[in-house]
Amino acid sequence: MKATIHITLKNGVLDPQGKAIENALGQLGFQGVDEVRQGKLVEVNLSESDPAKAEAALTDMCEKLLANTVIENYHIHLDSE
Amino acid sequence: MQASVIVFPGSNCDRDVAVCVEAAMGKAPLMAWHGDASLPKSDLIVLPGGFSYGDYLRCGSMAANSPIMREVVAQAEKGAAVLGICNGFQVLTECGLLPGVLMQNQGLNFVCRNTRLNVSNNKTAFTAQYEADEEIIVPVAHNEGNYFADDDTLKQLQDEDRIAFTYAAGDNPNGACLDIAGICDKAGRIVGMMPHPERRAETALGGEDGKRMFTGIVEALS
Repeated sequence: MKATIHITLKNGVLDPQGKAIENALGQLGFQGVDEVRQGKLVEVNLSESDPAKAEAALTDMCEKLLANTVIENYHIHLDSE
Repeated sequence: MQASVIVFPGSNCDRDVAVCVEAAMGKAPLMAWHGDASLPKSDLIVLPGGFSYGDYLRCGSMAANSPIMREVVAQAEKGAAVLGICNGFQVLTECGLLPGVLMQNQGLNFVCRNTRLNVSNNKTAFTAQYEADEEIIVPVAHNEGNYFADDDTLKQLQDEDRIAFTYAAGDNPNGACLDIAGICDKAGRIVGMMPHPERRAETALGGEDGKRMFTGIVEALS
């Protein structure tokens, strides 16, 4: 089973890289970009076939390593295939 | 007295800090490799600066989960003194021995220069040889030194007098909350700091302001 994990900065946490990208987009002439926030995407292939068990394992992975929950949120997406 | 310096792949201040520890205690520290599952009982453990594991995922996050860190945490919980410098500070926050996180510098640049620090707490095991509120000069060299914690944690750090060093007014190089350059645990035996005291511990390096971190901890443990 394949899973995709999005790791994003929590609201209120300053994202200087996102800000720099936002400014660069403005300089390239892209209008109407209100805010850019940058995050990470992690793809994991699991041998587990039970979605509930897979999600539990992935949550544990996020809490222990993949995300720093002081500043980051994570969203786990299981591919149905 | 036994001191250990933990060496991760990518550590680059391990030998510098070992020189400082040896000068202070008259005996070379043990250099312990990250993959070791055991660590001889140590009174002092130093996590040096560098780019452990290439700063993959987040600075310090891979090192915080390396085999040796289970031993470091276990010995810290039994009272060993621990000093984390720069990347070592990042490892201490990632493994939970100290609260908060070191985020990317607000200016998006790697900052490498001397900073003026105030010794906010001279009662930790490492800072007893400094005067209260003494201003010292210690260099920083980092890209992720912007200390961040939620408001409750910051208030707790203030209330419990756990801010060991702050950048002097106008000299915050990275946007850190409350100008925090270094913090400690409740007992003052675990200290994490972004500036590098080992880089200013001999007159040949431009000054000796950092030296008292090492002579201070040796005195405290002797």
